[in-house]
Amino acid sequence: MRYRIGIDVGSTHTDAVILDQNRVLVKAIKTTTTPDTTTGIVDALKGVLRESQIDPSTVNAVMLGTTHCINALIERTRLAKTGVLRLGKPATLAIKPLTTLPQDLRTALGDISYVVKGGHEYDGREISPIDEEEIMAAAVDMKARGVESVAICSVFSPVDSSHERRAAEIISSQLCDVPISLSSELASMGLLERENAAIMNASLVKVARTAIGAFMQAMKEQGLGGAKLFMSQNDGTLMSVEHALRYPILTVACGPTNSMRGAAYLVGLSEAIVVDIGGTTALFGAISKGFPRESAIAVDIGGVRTNFRMPDLVSIGCGGGAIVREEDSKIKIGPQSVGYLLSKEGKAWGGSTLTTTDVALAAGYASIDDGRCSPSRLADLDKALVQRMVEKIVQLVQENIDRIKTSAEAMPVILVGGGGIIVPPSVYDKFDGVTKVIRPDHFQYANAIGAAIAQVGGSVDRVFSLEKLGREEALRQAKQMATDEAVKSGADPSTVQIIDVEEVPLAYLPGNAVRIRVKASGSLAL
Amino acid sequence: MVSVRLLDDVAIEDLAVGATVLGTGGGGDPYLGKLMAINSIKQKGPVRLLSLKEIPDDALLVPVAMMGSPTVLVEKLPKGDEALKSLSMIEAKVGKKVFAVASAEAGGVNSTIPLAVAAQLGLPVADADGMGRAFPEIQMTSYHLYGIRASPFAMSDEKGNSVLLDTISNKWIEWISRAVTVVMGGSAIIALYPMTGREFKEACVPNTLTFAQKIGETIRLSKQNRQDPVENLLKLVHGFKLFKGKIIDVSRRTTGGFARGEAIIEGIDESKGSKLKLNFQNENLIAIRDDKVVATVPDLITLLECETGLPVTTEGLKYGYRVFVTGIPCNPVWRTPKGIETVGPRYFGYDIDYRPVEELINR
Repeated sequence: MRYRIGIDVGSTHTDAVILDQNRVLVKAIKTTTTPDTTTGIVDALKGVLRESQIDPSTVNAVMLGTTHCINALIERTRLAKTGVLRLGKPATLAIKPLTTLPQDLRTALGDISYVVKGGHEYDGREISPIDEEEIMAAAVDMKARGVESVAICSVFSPVDSSHERRAAEIISSQLCDVPISLSSELASMGLLERENAAIMNASLVKVARTAIGAFMQAMKEQGLGGAKLFMSQNDGTLMSVEHALRYPILTVACGPTNSMRGAAYLVGLSEAIVVDIGGTTALFGAISKGFPRESAIAVDIGGVRTNFRMPDLVSIGCGGGAIVREEDSKIKIGPQSVGYLLSKEGKAWGGSTLTTTDVALAAGYASIDDGRCSPSRLADLDKALVQRMVEKIVQLVQENIDRIKTSAEAMPVILVGGGGIIVPPSVYDKFDGVTKVIRPDHFQYANAIGAAIAQVGGSVDRVFSLEKLGREEALRQAKQMATDEAVKSGADPSTVQIIDVEEVPLAYLPGNAVRIRVKASGSLAL
Repeated sequence: MVSVRLLDDVAIEDLAVGATVLGTGGGGDPYLGKLMAINSIKQKGPVRLLSLKEIPDDALLVPVAMMGSPTVLVEKLPKGDEALKSLSMIEAKVGKKVFAVASAEAGGVNSTIPLAVAAQLGLPVADADGMGRAFPEIQMTSYHLYGIRASPFAMSDEKGNSVLLDTISNKWIEWISRAVTVVMGGSAIIALYPMTGREFKEACVPNTLTFAQKIGETIRLSKQNRQDPVENLLKLVHGFKLFKGKIIDVSRRTTGGFARGEAIIEGIDESKGSKLKLNFQNENLIAIRDDKVVATVPDLITLLECETGLPVTTEGLKYGYRVFVTGIPCNPVWRTPKGIETVGPRYFGYDIDYRPVEELINR
């Protein structure tokens, strides 16, 4: 038998699972997430190997979904000194690069930017030709200032990325081993948002290198030297380590994605709403064709407005530790939460804070297997008040299910996460626009299972001229390129499927140009 | 002595929210103009806001605005000196120095552009605009209704190209400048409707910048003080709650270069059992509740999110949103025969007679 290991880092727990080659769950464990993240991951890896007692040499692959990158962004720590080069002069000078970043992040990145000639119009004309000497001067300056990573963004690069690529060549000639992030490889229209995505990606390359290096070392020490490591990414597919080192920003939302994919896998559905209630937050997302639906609008990450592809999520402060109170005769829930301190501060544990979990215990529909927790401590709560609090929880869940749905058609809801006990089972069949609520077995491990079952992806995103090729041929070529990339990353060719095709006509571009985005994915060839 | 009013960055944040309310679902995102204005204010200090009585009769006032496609705008940002060029061309043509920058449109992206320009040039900005809301075309202004020519009209791009237009009618400005904008790469900064102080005071929709700022401030403070933002907002703007509901369907189509569409909103709470249909074309145009028209353009139809009171744009319309549909009476200038002819329901292709929102809801 061959095995794979999935590990997913959450805010409170780091989970690890072992699946066999038929994707049957062999062992699942939870450890505590540590402040440095890596120790917790290594603990989880050791723990699951020890408890399952499988021979490490029979493990082919390890899939890791980690919060290293998102934490680094939020904490503004371990970020690379980043040089930002924008091509667009004389356009765009009204708002310089880095302007929209919070000041502390700007300082953490070194506050180094240049706006040079270049960039395109929406119809493909050049705003101004590239000035190679000007770019070289910027490169020399970056070198002198000790830049560790470079972000390049040119105006309308989703239509024509040639200026970004030429600038990268020039900069590489000066700063040989410095990684370069191109905005056109990361995000779409919207200069500031795309530039920010490139900047954040560039700032994370060091964090990614350290984290991946440390984990690979730990794998070796555990006898997993023969297994291949993959990183979970935002869209629910896996990246090779080489890819992850170049595009670390693509890992920042892998936690919710893994949880949604794991939930869908546990119940065998490919179209569903997933509600993941943890200690602090409740996340609402949608699975379509087995993958998380992506957001179409700008998203804020660590206080920065960006527009790269992220799962479409609604997050509210209504986790199992959310604080419940009455204000002006209205029930309020969260967003403040006692989080992982629930077993100290929650009323049922003898603490002084009334949480959603306490409400569920008081109403009698939840029970918790913890000797320190005693629902009798909640006996003096007014029954009518508790009832109103339960109604408020149900109302919040209903409203946010509605917000994440795209049509009135009824859909199944999969409820995962430890905090899911705050939703009364008596209303599972009463939600408006919901066929049923499913609480699967192993729901507490949905995240790590989502990491372990992930497929290998390949994608292509480029502009084709339909005048020369015709639409059919352009689509065929794009699909082939995406498929080839998935296979190159380790997918079994016989399993590769096209999971998403998007065509954006660039109406005014000569030659009837269209931007085609194709995603393919397939099972790991193990 | 008149007290001097200065706009700082908090005031501009508020104004941008208010401008989205006045944008009635369209007008573009004030985000970029807001960034430019705050940037300029950081460098050059706050902008002075002029009330009408501070404007001499013989002063030159020139509205400035951004013209073009919002998708181009978010990608190819301005250089920053385009407005200066456009204004200098008008000054040369008219033979007079600009006394104050004015605003053409208080709703959407063009609410914040004049502030950015004023800060950059160290000029004051007049507390008034030509719409009191947002509209898509150049002749759709109160200035036009009062017979003021949009010519001489100047437009500049970020590369340094400028064009000065003089046309036989304001509609011709719309046609020609729209074509030039495309050649310039999809966006341009325009200066238009040069006016004397006397003309401006007669033809403008007064106090709209202060009004937009107050709207944003009301929403912000209501949240801070845990009051109902929607109630407070409607009190301020003398508006009406037309409907409370959940969006259950949105359909969009592009015809004649405009994004047209329709949203169906199902009643909740006090509106339970009813349905409201909202027609939009960039801006919200018509609201029909159970086959009865409850508000039409040029009155302002604005959707506010129930929880936060924040305005919802037509691009942001999505299944599941819980919203109040509100109606706000437009400036009286739009209720004149020429006003209704220029921007009434029939101009936008609806076989509906305009009736003021306050009459419609009391039927």
